[in-house]
Amino acid sequence: MSAEATREMATSRPLAAEHRRPRRKFPTGWALAREVGFYLLVLIALAISLFPFYWIVRTSLASQSEIARGTEAIGLLPNHLSFKAYSQDFNEAKFLTPLLNSAIVALGATIVTVVVATMAGYALARLPIKGAGAILGFVLIAGFFPVLAMIGPLFLLLKDLKVLDSIYPLIIVYLVYTLPIATWLLRNFFVQMPVELEEAALVDGATRVQALRKVVVPVAVPGVFTAAILSFILAWNDFAFAVSFLSTSNKFTAPLSIVTLSQSAFVTNYSQLDAAVVIVTIPIAVIVLFAQRRIVSGLTAGSFR
Amino acid sequence: MSGRVKADRRLGYLLVAPVLLLLLLVTAYPLVYNLWNSFHEVNLGIANNPEPWVGVHNYSAMFSSSEWVDALWKTAAFTAASVVLETIAALGLALMLHRKFPGRGLLRAAVLIPWAVPTVVSAELWKTMIDPRAGFVDYILGIHTTWLNGVWTSWVAIVVADAWKNVPFMAIILLAGLQVIPNEVYEAARMDGATSWQSFRRMTLPLLKPALSVALIFRTLQAFLVFDVIYILTTGGPGTSTQTLSYLNWRTFLIDTNFGYGGAMSIVLVLIALAIAAVYVRFMRPETT
Amino acid sequence: MATITLEHVTKVYPNGAEAVSDLNLHVEDGEFMILVGPSGCGKTTALRMVAGLEDVTDGNVEVGGRVVNDLSPRERDIAMVFQNYALYPHMTVGENIGFALRLRRLPKAQMQAKVNEAAEILGLTEHLKRKPAQLSGGQRQRVAMGRAIVREPAAFLMDEPLSNLDAKLRVQMRAEVSRIQRRVGVATLYVTHDQTEAMTMGDRVAVMRSGRLQQCDTPQALYDSPINLFVAAFMGSPAMNLYHAQVDAQGATLKLGDRPLALPQRLRGEQTIGAYRGKDIVVGIRPEDLTDAASASGQDGQDRRLEGTVDLIEALGAEKLVHFHIDASRLQSSDARIGLETEADTEGLASGEIGAATMTAGVARVSPASRIKDGEKATFLVATERMHLFDPESGNALSGA
Repeated sequence: MSAEATREMATSRPLAAEHRRPRRKFPTGWALAREVGFYLLVLIALAISLFPFYWIVRTSLASQSEIARGTEAIGLLPNHLSFKAYSQDFNEAKFLTPLLNSAIVALGATIVTVVVATMAGYALARLPIKGAGAILGFVLIAGFFPVLAMIGPLFLLLKDLKVLDSIYPLIIVYLVYTLPIATWLLRNFFVQMPVELEEAALVDGATRVQALRKVVVPVAVPGVFTAAILSFILAWNDFAFAVSFLSTSNKFTAPLSIVTLSQSAFVTNYSQLDAAVVIVTIPIAVIVLFAQRRIVSGLTAGSFR
Repeated sequence: MSGRVKADRRLGYLLVAPVLLLLLLVTAYPLVYNLWNSFHEVNLGIANNPEPWVGVHNYSAMFSSSEWVDALWKTAAFTAASVVLETIAALGLALMLHRKFPGRGLLRAAVLIPWAVPTVVSAELWKTMIDPRAGFVDYILGIHTTWLNGVWTSWVAIVVADAWKNVPFMAIILLAGLQVIPNEVYEAARMDGATSWQSFRRMTLPLLKPALSVALIFRTLQAFLVFDVIYILTTGGPGTSTQTLSYLNWRTFLIDTNFGYGGAMSIVLVLIALAIAAVYVRFMRPETT
Repeated sequence: MATITLEHVTKVYPNGAEAVSDLNLHVEDGEFMILVGPSGCGKTTALRMVAGLEDVTDGNVEVGGRVVNDLSPRERDIAMVFQNYALYPHMTVGENIGFALRLRRLPKAQMQAKVNEAAEILGLTEHLKRKPAQLSGGQRQRVAMGRAIVREPAAFLMDEPLSNLDAKLRVQMRAEVSRIQRRVGVATLYVTHDQTEAMTMGDRVAVMRSGRLQQCDTPQALYDSPINLFVAAFMGSPAMNLYHAQVDAQGATLKLGDRPLALPQRLRGEQTIGAYRGKDIVVGIRPEDLTDAASASGQDGQDRRLEGTVDLIEALGAEKLVHFHIDASRLQSSDARIGLETEADTEGLASGEIGAATMTAGVARVSPASRIKDGEKATFLVATERMHLFDPESGNALSGA
């Protein structure tokens, strides 16, 4: 049943449950202890998840000399807030270039993924392909493929093609991260989309391709959006390929650049390092905050049927 | 079969072709290349190497090398330990998120961020945290250790960094599995007199099997193939004490530039990964109702 | 001429299941034809074959006089209303209705005029700019109809369009749909599983079961002269009372339990009743053909009585429905199998169900003034001339030739 029909049926049922909701009593005794314990656990979970971020923000805002004195000396909050680390990143380390490189590669991989996975997802969900199950199986297995196993041959290939130290081949390479999950996600999405929409379009006079363009694709936008976000995150996050193929620092992607920062000097400049980490984290955090429901439902839809 | 079905089928093949071709390019092609290399001596360090056929020499050398066997055990131990720990933590987190409470959305978003940031970020983050001077861990524990100098302490750091990033992912999958279990099952159990623990053991866990197996298969494979965290925190050190199979493989490729030996390693790595996946698929699947 | 014709149409799925078998149906221009039957009887499959959404395995489908088997839906000039409405969620009501016209590249002004006209017929004018998610179920259903009528197609197809509405709305919409169909005046094929809809809406009704057409006729004809047990039991509510009985040696009366009932005159012909003399037969009596004997004057012959014990009385105001059962001890236990197919129809009759469940039970429609009380014995007067007889093996009705 389509979402509309389900919703419609739901609204015509009487709202008995709502009227019957009991007024919340404040728990006492043993129940109170359990409630408190629960919220304590929630706080702990929140702390574990978020505190490290606080820590790197703090470290990034402290000066290197302060940090060298040790945490015991300065405590949880630095004495002087300085943005020096950030300017160091951008001016000295020229962090902007790796950021742009990452953006280009991730965007490129995302665009290719979205186009290819939408086509494949639709075809696997709707069209009478012989061996659709096998194809889907292959795509999923490719998602489990050990990335490390590919590095050697791809290194040799790129070397022979003389494109080793370039970010553009990465766009294709990163597809191994993005295509499996995007295809699977979009296929599930199309499977759950009511067939009647396309049938109605066909009866209304559309060719298959017209039905795809005018009805299927617009309705698929939420699924495509989720797939795009996941793909971008996966492509952005790669380290293994980047560290293997790129050698000049202005070709580095952001993750690689960060690691280089941390391993280059004898004594790590933590404030500079963490500033870079913060810079990379903020956009991701923002994306996740806005799209978390979509991401979760996209990842888990249809997985257990 | 009508012409329209035939046309639809053709369109289907057309639409599926790109994804197949691209994936074959980045998986099958390297696999075949690796296989080829593994039977030859392919070493960029050797000048003018004619790349002779060496049969199974690479494989036998690998299986008899203590370094490789060592890495195998270490990787297996790490996988087992981290998967067990992470599953328990993820289950707890999922149960927490399953309950409706104010701020639930906030918790879920907060918990997703560690998953979404690059492994690099989470590894560097923990590297900072465990630094004796700049970090928080020593401060709060009241000790002063350079974690990355010792073998056990290095492993602990690796497990923590890995778990911090991956528990949320597992938790989300388990949460989805929890949400599929109808409430009536618990109510019936309660009426039959089950305690919370019994209800959990006999209702939740069995019904969670499909979600659990999906989460486990993902995490086990990822843990077995762990690379980023190792590279960033320890680069396999101190010495080679935290060298996992993946890291060893990478080192062989890019530092030793030995693509024949590395190729053999890769093939074996792929086979082990497939075996792990197969084990899960066989043992976990048939139990769903 | 916009007619719909199905000639020997058969549909077999790749797994071997035969959904429709040798269906012959003809819908006249402007006629409202209803395809009715229990779930799985093939009615929706037949409809989709006319729409072009399913392939035809064998036979011909004709729309407007031309064979359309190999034509895609868009080439057939038909419009369809889906069970779940299938409204395009990303378009407004106006855009939904006008979608087909847009595909045909009609000039904007003309398109707008047609959309407005359709909206007015359906009472949707204030909603034209809204999206489907903001509408109620009834409104969405009307948009689905608007989308269909705006195209002025050669034929209309409707797949259970009312089944997702709540009961009250459904009754209202039945009249609406009939009104619109009459106004548009196009051959319409309408699928439903609800026999009340079929009776009230159709010019003609085609009853289907397990992929086969049972009978196609006007509602009244189906009611008065069902061609077999299935149609007899399916049409009409409450359902027809069916009993095992025995024909006497003369072929003039039948024995129901212990009581004789006179056979209808029209069925006493030798050709009709000859084969059944002294044999088992199934007799069908509509609830309204059973009246309270107490209120009738006593001269009617003793061969028109039925006695039973009352289980329940439903007082409906204008009439009373008396649920009773015939004393089992007086019935001969008969294992006579009625020749129905073995698959159980969820809303129809399973093989043996006529034998067991309905064997002794019955419903009578009596006047509200009747003094029948539940728990007591009651005697009913049977309008024997209106009884139906059915062959116990095949289920076919006996008809006076």
